[in-house]
Amino acid sequence: MNETEVLPHRVLHLHERVLGRNQEQAARNRELFCAAGVTVVNVLSAPGSGKTALLERTLVDLKDEVRAAVVVGDLATDNDARRLARSAAPIVQITTGSLCHLEASMVARACEEIELSTLDLLFIENVGNLVCPASFDLGESLRVVLTAVTEGEDKPLKYPTLFKTANVAIVTKIELAEVCGFQPALLRQNIANIAPQATIIELSARTGQGLSAWYTCLRGLIHAHA
Amino acid sequence: MHEVGLMQEALQIALMHAERNDATRIHALTMRIGPLAGVDVEALQLAFEVVKPDTAAAGAVLHLEKTPIRCWCSECGRSFEPADCVFRCPECQQLSADIRQGREFDVVSVEVS
Repeated sequence: MNETEVLPHRVLHLHERVLGRNQEQAARNRELFCAAGVTVVNVLSAPGSGKTALLERTLVDLKDEVRAAVVVGDLATDNDARRLARSAAPIVQITTGSLCHLEASMVARACEEIELSTLDLLFIENVGNLVCPASFDLGESLRVVLTAVTEGEDKPLKYPTLFKTANVAIVTKIELAEVCGFQPALLRQNIANIAPQATIIELSARTGQGLSAWYTCLRGLIHAHA
Repeated sequence: MHEVGLMQEALQIALMHAERNDATRIHALTMRIGPLAGVDVEALQLAFEVVKPDTAAAGAVLHLEKTPIRCWCSECGRSFEPADCVFRCPECQQLSADIRQGREFDVVSVEVS
């Protein structure tokens, strides 16, 4: 008989969170951000919803009143970082390789390249994905989920887990609503049903429509953290 | 889809505790998963088959306990289990964003020798 087979079986009760290490790092990030006095916004959406376009516009429009930086995550390329860098704000690209989301430790490493105490606002542009990033706290103070009118009205119904974690839901490319036969009221209703806690903002980074509501939201957040 | 990475993390937790408790084999691993954890149960079972060979858990079985979602209705002052992805109180129809249970993703226990 094999020696190990005669050993009695024991049950070890662990009750340990699988994402415990990420949650601990997120808590450390949050302490770091708080000590530096920087407000951190985690920006999530499907690929192509307009995260980079919105941040490009935001950095330019707020450049005289808000000191902002961006940490941007992509599987590959630094295209987004190069687009964002035109604003002259500090930009750090995280290339995740095959990983479908950002983790708190990646954000911590990226932040070593930025002088956080010189900032009011740090955007984290997450990897374009409506599934995996939902489970990973990065230490942010606000979670923003974008959905474009070109994606249809039922995105919140298809991806409820992520939308339920949103503080703000932004409907982008609103200038295309009519040409797409898109019904804004139906999407608003779907967001309200799935994520009743979320503030809804409809905007266009191209025409500027609705941006003032977004900026008011950011100013309020920065003021609350000041 | 990152279940292999998550399962690796879960297995590391199990192996670490087994070693600390002077065990050389893991026979069973029990995990608890809520519907809002963002984890696919079937993919997790498959991932376990991928990560367990050549470890102390090579012969182990994975038990997945699914927990229900519980929301709090501030209007009625009680918790409820939502019927679908719209978390509406069955009594007063109020929507709830106060999720008290359903995001769990835990290693509950390991059976070792």
